[in-house]
Amino acid sequence: MSLVSINGLHKRFGTHHVLKGIDLRVKEGQVTAVIGRSGSGKSTLLRSINGLESFDEGSLDVDGVRITVGQTDLRQLRLKVGMVFQQFNLYPHLTAGQNVMLAPTVVKKTGKQQAEALARDALAKVGLADRFDSFPDQMSGGQQQRVAIARALAMQPKILLCDEITSALDPELVNEVLAVVRKLAEDGMTLIMVTHEMRFAREVGDQLVFMHQGKIHEQGDPKTLFAAPSTPELASFISSVS
Amino acid sequence: MSDFSLWDIIRNLLLAGRWTVLLSLIAFVCGGLVGIAILMMRTSSARLLRQFAVMYIELFQGTPLLMQLFLLFFGLSLTGMQVSPWLAASVALTLFTSAYLAEIWRGCVEAIPRGQWEASASTAMTYMEQMRHVILPQALRIAVAPTVGFSVQVVKATAVTSIIGFVELTKAGSMISNATFAPFTVYGLIALMYFCLCFPLSLYARRLERKINVSR
Repeated sequence: MSLVSINGLHKRFGTHHVLKGIDLRVKEGQVTAVIGRSGSGKSTLLRSINGLESFDEGSLDVDGVRITVGQTDLRQLRLKVGMVFQQFNLYPHLTAGQNVMLAPTVVKKTGKQQAEALARDALAKVGLADRFDSFPDQMSGGQQQRVAIARALAMQPKILLCDEITSALDPELVNEVLAVVRKLAEDGMTLIMVTHEMRFAREVGDQLVFMHQGKIHEQGDPKTLFAAPSTPELASFISSVS
Repeated sequence: MSDFSLWDIIRNLLLAGRWTVLLSLIAFVCGGLVGIAILMMRTSSARLLRQFAVMYIELFQGTPLLMQLFLLFFGLSLTGMQVSPWLAASVALTLFTSAYLAEIWRGCVEAIPRGQWEASASTAMTYMEQMRHVILPQALRIAVAPTVGFSVQVVKATAVTSIIGFVELTKAGSMISNATFAPFTVYGLIALMYFCLCFPLSLYARRLERKINVSR
């Protein structure tokens, strides 16, 4: 049974055809790494999985919630799909703890004490139990991104989307974030990540998706594909990034 | 003819000045509340609401306050409705203030990075929840200085209501000036009183601006 099922997804920005018929299945507990050159549509694909981008053709199924063209009520979908962004996007006026507590209290009407326990738990999971009362601008980029992960986890999503979550980080901070993601994967979290970290994609990924010109150009087991890409496009992409 | 001492003039101006202050407060509080409603419509995803808000803002920013006041005061009495100067002045200034505040605040809301909208949307918050918990708290911080700055305009705009017979500072001044034949003294004092009301506000706005630039 697939947790995520994307069928014939098309997306246009005006005359620019960004996604040209995407079909993708993701099983529960699977880690899917999406790679490709900039402009290949990988971020748009990821963002359409939680409704940040609408689509023009096709459908999307996530754990029993079906999204079709033009659907505007995305609440049920978003309750199942968490997201972490390249730029962290923490709320600067709230502490780390409040950042994590906000959605559970506001959206799920979780009680204050319960939400706080949830937030402390989520922050502990990303190794930031002691930063509950810190504001985002008092933390490093790596710490902020881990708070952002905790914020997504506190909503107890079925799937976590990661949109180039280490691209805005200084090199020495990348690993602390990747370590958290690796731990999530080991704990059985379903992950779909757009990433430039090829080594991480190969080691942690269960499924590799190579996007090229708005289509899934190649797809399969990461170790196999990295070792022996079957198309020249993937081969040249791999050699250009490694 | 009786004689007016300088103190008589000042005392009467100060008494009338109370109404200038009160009218400014009414305009500012009511204009602020209506302004928030217009702002919500202006930034909402419903096209009809957005268009209404744009028309509202264009209408009240694009016509002189004086005309709005005339239309409210004289126009409505033509239809048989009795409109007191108090009511007309309060309503006209509320409309005027709300249109400007909605635009000022829209600028502040739009200054909040798109990522804040996306992050809150991705946790299933509704538009109102996003506004209430994520966007407005941040927008408010940058809005304080221009809002206080605009309040200076509101105080000065109340002078226009003298034209429909509302006895505030300016109207009282012209009455006193007619009685005392000392226009220079009277209007000089009026100007001074407006300055005493407005200068602290602009000073405060400037201080707030500096404070926000250094804080988080």
